[in-house]
Amino acid sequence: MKTLDIIGWFAVLTTGALLIYGTAEMPNWGDPNSPPSTHVSPRYIEKADEETHTPNMVTAVLADYRGYDTMGETTVIFTAGVSCMMLLRRRQGK
Amino acid sequence: MIRRHEDIIIESLARFLTPFIQAFALYVLFLGHYSPGGGFQGGVLMGASFILLVIAYDIIEGKRRITEKFNIVLNATGVMVFSGTGLLCLILGGEFLDYSQLAAILPVGPEEARGLGILAVEIGVEITVAAIMVSIFLDLASAGEHEEALK
Repeated sequence: MKTLDIIGWFAVLTTGALLIYGTAEMPNWGDPNSPPSTHVSPRYIEKADEETHTPNMVTAVLADYRGYDTMGETTVIFTAGVSCMMLLRRRQGK
Repeated sequence: MIRRHEDIIIESLARFLTPFIQAFALYVLFLGHYSPGGGFQGGVLMGASFILLVIAYDIIEGKRRITEKFNIVLNATGVMVFSGTGLLCLILGGEFLDYSQLAAILPVGPEEARGLGILAVEIGVEITVAAIMVSIFLDLASAGEHEEALK
């Protein structure tokens, strides 16, 4: 148990240090030249309203441009509910 | 387990509040076009309104409103509405979930059709989230025994 504790602490601290080291190269907060802000975001911001007639840009991206992703999310919720039912629900009269 | 306490204040208040919570859930769903909101948030509110009834009364009273079979059907209906909208676009000659193809069967242009397609999939999300919330709550609250737990 003692050895496992040391291995656990080592794994947690190494992963944490690597993650903190990784954040050093991340772009500044709100940097207009960072990769996420230059690729597709300006296109969505400029065209979302006229292309989808949805003033809320977040909804347009969530349900239209990234509709496939949202379908996966709905399927995840459906699967979670069905698994819960299969694991917990007991038949009557047992 | 969730037993009925027969408290008239709690029961009437829950019964009074439920339609308002459900109306607000639909409001949040349809407001998703203009401000924060949408299927996930509205679905949680819709599920919560039913959970409130189950807490204020008991599982037997709650199941009289939505039976278990109907709830399971609702679970799958939401996902079916979502993927069915996508499939309809595929049948009409576009790509999967390309709502602008819906303009062929709706009396609107392709841009408005995309807006209506967004609304259709949000309704699907709302149905699934609401039904799953209720089913997970009932299973967890009674350890999977539902009304058997009250005996």
